[in-house]
Amino acid sequence: MTDASPDSSRSRPKASAGFSLAKLLLEGRAFFALIAIIVVFSLLSPYYFTLGNFLTMASHVAIFGILAVGMLLVILNGGIDLSVGSTLGFSGVIAGFLMQGVQLTALGVILFAPVWVVAVLVCVLGALVGLVNGVLIAWLKVPAFVATLGMLYVVRGAALLMTNGLTYNDLGGKPELGNTGFDWLGFNRLLDIPVGVLAMVVIALIGSIILNRTAFGRWLYASGGNERAAELSGVPVKKVQVSVYMLSGICASVAGLILSSELTSAGPTAGTSYELTAIAAVVIGGAALTGGRGNIRGTLVGAFVIGFLSDGLVIIGVSAYWQTVFTGAVIVLAVLLNAIQYRPRARLSSPAGGSPTSPKKDKAGTADPALEKTAG
Amino acid sequence: MNAAPEFEPAASDTVLAARNIVKTYGGTHALKGVNFDIRRGKVTTLFGENGAGKSTLMKILSGVTMPTSGSIELDGQSVTFSSSSDARDRGISIIHQELSLAPNLSVRDNIFMGREIRGATGVDFAEEARQTQLLMAGLEEDIDPLTLVQDLRLGQQQIVEIARALSVDSRILIMDEPTSALSATEVEVLFRVIRDLTARGVSIVYISHHLEEALQITDHAVVLRDGSITATANARLINLEWIVRNMVGENFDLGSPPTGHAFGEVALSIDNVSVADAASPERSLVDRLSLDVRGGEIVCIYGLMGAGRTELLECVAGRLPAAGGRILLEGADISRLGIAERIARGLVLVPEDRQRDGLVQTMSVGANLSLASISAFVKGMFLSRSQERSLVDGSIRDVRVKTAGGAAPIGSLSGGNQQKVVIGKMLTTNPRVMLLDEPSRGIDIGAKAEVFRLLSERAARGLAVVFSTSEVTECLSIAHRIIVMHRGRISAEFGADATKEEIMAASGEAVIADHEEHRSYHRDRR
Repeated sequence: MTDASPDSSRSRPKASAGFSLAKLLLEGRAFFALIAIIVVFSLLSPYYFTLGNFLTMASHVAIFGILAVGMLLVILNGGIDLSVGSTLGFSGVIAGFLMQGVQLTALGVILFAPVWVVAVLVCVLGALVGLVNGVLIAWLKVPAFVATLGMLYVVRGAALLMTNGLTYNDLGGKPELGNTGFDWLGFNRLLDIPVGVLAMVVIALIGSIILNRTAFGRWLYASGGNERAAELSGVPVKKVQVSVYMLSGICASVAGLILSSELTSAGPTAGTSYELTAIAAVVIGGAALTGGRGNIRGTLVGAFVIGFLSDGLVIIGVSAYWQTVFTGAVIVLAVLLNAIQYRPRARLSSPAGGSPTSPKKDKAGTADPALEKTAG
Repeated sequence: MNAAPEFEPAASDTVLAARNIVKTYGGTHALKGVNFDIRRGKVTTLFGENGAGKSTLMKILSGVTMPTSGSIELDGQSVTFSSSSDARDRGISIIHQELSLAPNLSVRDNIFMGREIRGATGVDFAEEARQTQLLMAGLEEDIDPLTLVQDLRLGQQQIVEIARALSVDSRILIMDEPTSALSATEVEVLFRVIRDLTARGVSIVYISHHLEEALQITDHAVVLRDGSITATANARLINLEWIVRNMVGENFDLGSPPTGHAFGEVALSIDNVSVADAASPERSLVDRLSLDVRGGEIVCIYGLMGAGRTELLECVAGRLPAAGGRILLEGADISRLGIAERIARGLVLVPEDRQRDGLVQTMSVGANLSLASISAFVKGMFLSRSQERSLVDGSIRDVRVKTAGGAAPIGSLSGGNQQKVVIGKMLTTNPRVMLLDEPSRGIDIGAKAEVFRLLSERAARGLAVVFSTSEVTECLSIAHRIIVMHRGRISAEFGADATKEEIMAASGEAVIADHEEHRSYHRDRR
């Protein structure tokens, strides 16, 4: 019957040394998982632990990594963006369309845009999709899940309509038209590193700077952690909310450009279900789906865990069906560990009994408006 | 530790005994070694201020939460309740202060939720409906068992909650504020039901902020203060004064109005402001209210629950839209500005519920403190970490937050220190006017005094302070002027020399249920 100190938790009466080791393993779990994956597959296959293979795998990871960075911003805000896979596909299709030349019948000319203009236009398109998401969610109060689920279908449908379900295969451009170079993103290497991987690194760095060093980043963490408190502190919560969906849309467009460049073709069904992989990467990276917790480093590690695992399974010849099962198991395990990590803190944040806050919180779920009225 | 109860009952009288119950939440000690007895076939009433730990103790006795340490004996045998259904199986049920009904289900389904009566083909709805009708008849309430709970008014919902607890044949029934929304006749019926139950040997634990009412029904009184039991007595031997004295403790000095500085110009001018009820727009929660506050002045707004204090302050801060009137800050109309713009101009609100509206639990103490004044340490595009650190450290010193440092998680702080963080966060914006909605809610008496001292220091330097409270003793502390609100209007205005009786009378506390529908408004948390 000792007077328990505030931090000693009844559920884990371990020795402090063992506890801190467990804590270290728990907090660095994604990183340790990645190391374990690399070690296991290196032992199973001589081809796995080679620079060439790592670069190939990294360029696979790049697509998901870029999507996941955008997704992280949305999830930090307490939202979800299911439309990124469709936006990725639509972006590729629009890029393909622009590369074929835009025929202006009234003027009787065909406009061929340089590749950089195509890239910028596609990113603007991604931002617009995000803007629609953001306005639906922030201003029209549509739940994020539903709004972006709707956009998942609408944008995918738009991509299919653009091409009638067909694929643009000729993305090379012609030197005489001055629009070559689209394959640069997917095929070229700088310092031996694929451009797609570099793009992921640059986007991750920008994301990290935004999150850690700008007012916007602080606003994002605050409004994801407690929107009401952030609003009362003068944080422009709605602008932040719209912005994260726009940034997520831009990330999806960049990923779409890289993917269609790698494939030198733009199909309207590209990127189907990629949004789920991106969400999985964010979750494996330790972010909380309730918002306010997570970082870029974890998310990237999460993307690498998924990418290196599935490529490793391919290399050692495990069937695609089993790959799906393994990936799913890893995701569930990650969420399970998230729940363990955040549980004690959740308990700490529950206030002293009799203080008015705890019942209010409990009530939030089943609140009845009449009860709210009598308060204060 | 608690003062030893002077009244030890014979063991056979005690149906449940809690021994040395300690409960901590983070850094907060909600209960500090409480011994509590429930007597067989009697009504034991637990008195205490907000945050004294009453609800926590009841949650422990009913298995909703586990104590950090301590033991519970039921009929002399040591027991642990792993869940509320575990406690219910042993004959203990609880009527929660906050309704725990599913509004989308019918009265019948709510009453039998989790213990549906099985028939030959699934649930025997007819039998459930019959029993519901019997329960409702016993409570003299004419409610159809198939009505959805969301269609009932608040008082009727509370009746359903009571009926649900009665439907379990429990030996111990805990009632946490069962009457807060009931009309006078409904309370009478409830008291009749309680006497029936005790006559049948059921033991009742009763909690109410309505002291006179609780005195009518109680057999034994127990007073809880700051997590410890301060007094127990037979109800025949005590009166209201005894309860209040033991609840509040020795007259703790919450300070006096700061003097020696001249008030400045009118800083905040509330001009004929109304706030409509979002649920029924024809009703006004704040009704054409006008109030001027000068720089350096401290104004206290007293009122009962539902008087419109929160709505008024939230409207002034920009959270709620005004249905009419103007709000002037140092002469400029700010009625159309958003929250952020009002903060930038020097008007800030410290909200009532710091967990829900004041703190971002996922962030550190420092990030919470600097949240409202980020623009002060943005250089170009980026945050200046060194400037932020000095701002945070300065603020921690300034409002005297007891913390390991700016990087500590906010959840590691006690309630009082968390409140200081919320106040410090708004003070770093250098406001001209500070509104605080129940700044003393759920914090201990020492922290309360510190918060008030902080406010009077700031007022002496020219800050206009408006704070609301539902505790009369707090009105008579640092406020230069006391405004009493009743049903959305100012019902009285006093200087610092007012008496408790005057203030309470003006708030409508003395009025006995002239309008049954509005009876809940006459109730206070104490």
